[in-house]
Amino acid sequence: MKLRIVLLSVVATLTALPAAAADTVKIGFVTTLTTPAGAIGRDMVEAANIALDHIGHKMGGKDVEFIVEDDGFKPEIGKQKTDKLVKQDDVDFITGFIWSHVLLASKKSALDGGKFLISANAGPSPLAGKACHKNFFSSSWQNDQNPMATGEVLNSKGVKKLYIMSPNYAAGKNMVSGVERTFKGEVVGKDMTKWGKDMQLDFSAELAKAKASGADAIFVFYPGPAGPAFIKQYEQAGLRGKIPLYTVFTVDALSLTRLQKAGLGGVLGSWNTMFWAPDLDNATNKRFVADFKAKTGRYPTHYAAQAYDAIMLIKSGVDAVDGNTDDQDGIRTAMSKADFPSVRGKYRYGPNHFPIQNFYLRTVKADANGDWFVSYVSTVLTDHQDTYHDQCHL
Amino acid sequence: MNWTLLAVQLLNGLQLGILLFLLASGLTLIFGIMDVVNLAHGSLYMAGAFLCATFTQWFDSFLLGLLAALPAVAIIGLLVELIVIRRLYQRDHLDHVLATFGLILAFDALTQMIWGPDGQVIPLPAWLDGQVMLTADIVLPTYRLAIITTGLLVGIGLFVLVTRTRLGMRIRAGATNRTMISALGINIGMLFSIVFGIGAVLAGLAGMMIAPITEASIGMGNQIIIVAFVVIVIGGIGSIKGAFIAAILVGLIDTMGRSYLDVLFKLFMSAQNAETSAPAISAMLIYILMAVILAVRPTGLFGPRGH
Repeated sequence: MKLRIVLLSVVATLTALPAAAADTVKIGFVTTLTTPAGAIGRDMVEAANIALDHIGHKMGGKDVEFIVEDDGFKPEIGKQKTDKLVKQDDVDFITGFIWSHVLLASKKSALDGGKFLISANAGPSPLAGKACHKNFFSSSWQNDQNPMATGEVLNSKGVKKLYIMSPNYAAGKNMVSGVERTFKGEVVGKDMTKWGKDMQLDFSAELAKAKASGADAIFVFYPGPAGPAFIKQYEQAGLRGKIPLYTVFTVDALSLTRLQKAGLGGVLGSWNTMFWAPDLDNATNKRFVADFKAKTGRYPTHYAAQAYDAIMLIKSGVDAVDGNTDDQDGIRTAMSKADFPSVRGKYRYGPNHFPIQNFYLRTVKADANGDWFVSYVSTVLTDHQDTYHDQCHL
Repeated sequence: MNWTLLAVQLLNGLQLGILLFLLASGLTLIFGIMDVVNLAHGSLYMAGAFLCATFTQWFDSFLLGLLAALPAVAIIGLLVELIVIRRLYQRDHLDHVLATFGLILAFDALTQMIWGPDGQVIPLPAWLDGQVMLTADIVLPTYRLAIITTGLLVGIGLFVLVTRTRLGMRIRAGATNRTMISALGINIGMLFSIVFGIGAVLAGLAGMMIAPITEASIGMGNQIIIVAFVVIVIGGIGSIKGAFIAAILVGLIDTMGRSYLDVLFKLFMSAQNAETSAPAISAMLIYILMAVILAVRPTGLFGPRGH
């Protein structure tokens, strides 16, 4: 009998342990830390850590436990890591996600596991439309939105014939449909190139086609390592000054650091559109950019800005329920108000939990110290909502 | 038909082929003569690119960087042969694959430790960074022409080395019958080291040539090594001539596929389907070519008739 009581109490203590561990708020962060795209993930983790420093590593009075996982730029690995965060670590929130194909592969594990899923970059159209979910939020944008802004810029610059190049995967297709939706001229050619770990990085054939197509402008989406490679070949092909280049997610603080180091000045003065800029004038952004620069010695990317906002968004939810992470309804209601200091300024959420926000035209220039960065030029779209939101029924 | 575009695309295909040849010629020598499946050949290609990037930054000159990186890659190649590959000669192919796959992981991790996850940009000097007008319409980046020229010169050099020198005679003999030449008193260990060193330099050179276009990045060799294997299988294992012809063939087919397949597909399917399926099919073209050639000539175009 005595033995049984001892055993029972041992079992009781053991089973009680996870409950004691629930005194922290657990956030899982899935991003790419290896492969050439690893630089992006490093940037995001850096920004998330700055956000955690800013809030003293506390949310709703509880300590934050932050677990980072590497997806290796592969959908299947991203899903495995998400499964691990759901089952083994039993996190409350899963965020990060650079790549649309990785997010699409991982979303079911996170959402079926009853976790909040917050994309800090990827914004594939299914998640904004038919496959939207009450526990999914975006701290970035829907993929189509930035290129839609570019399409408007192209119209205002009088571009009539456009050549489009993009990688052949979920986000690439969204980017192309985005620019095609708003661009009023003719698309004279389009190339969808191979993507993934073995991505195509030599664009000689495509650039020759673009040159022969008689286009007035080239639109490209080449994120991560493909960006600087594309820009260099665009210059080497002698297209600079002949066919102007418009980009989304191709020129960022990471590629600019590399391009500047190599003295490739062709990127200066090129145009791109984005929901945010490092010199956007608000107090949160100023503090974030200054702290990021102090820590890393360079400007943050939009990936970093989104990761910072993802942490702040989660905090706004956890604060509202005083750290009771079991109150998912309370957290959801609070997060859908987007009531937190965002680096992009005030924004709201649509019914599909994608931001309704402004998009800006930006250009590359040198700052007072001679460092290149993407600088705010003008506002292209105001309070812009993605086009898939009415397919979402929550 | 736009003939100018066709001409430019043929030159682009030729340039890709030349690059593949630099990589495949070393691979085919190592596979054909030493009978070693060296998956880590792509790591030497990556090493060449990263070393060239660093030396270029040190000397502030691409040419000096290239000249300094070549012997550095040769040393790395010889060290790899001495430390790892030499222990594999007596073992079977599965052990080769395991050991050299391990080498890939080690090289990738080491590169990340030294250079970080970022790619390395190699700036080109002004005289290589412009364009050349071959005719009024055919304008090609100077650097791409430089790759073609360098590759052809290296090809000629290799041809002379293999067909006109004593070393080349031994290499050819090694490719034909390894047991026989060691029985004739030739130091086969030394011959293997030299062959591996040559292969390493050629792979490194290919990496140095491509890096100013695509950047030096971690794992860059793992992507192209598969295509290089396709090239040597098509060309016939151990044959430099086969590697050259197959590389040009693969380069042209890949470039032409990327250039014209979507136009072709649009003739019989919707524009949207053509745009998404063409890149997938064009990526498969070289493997289809390999399958067809293997069906007709199981040892490749210029493969040995019997071992």
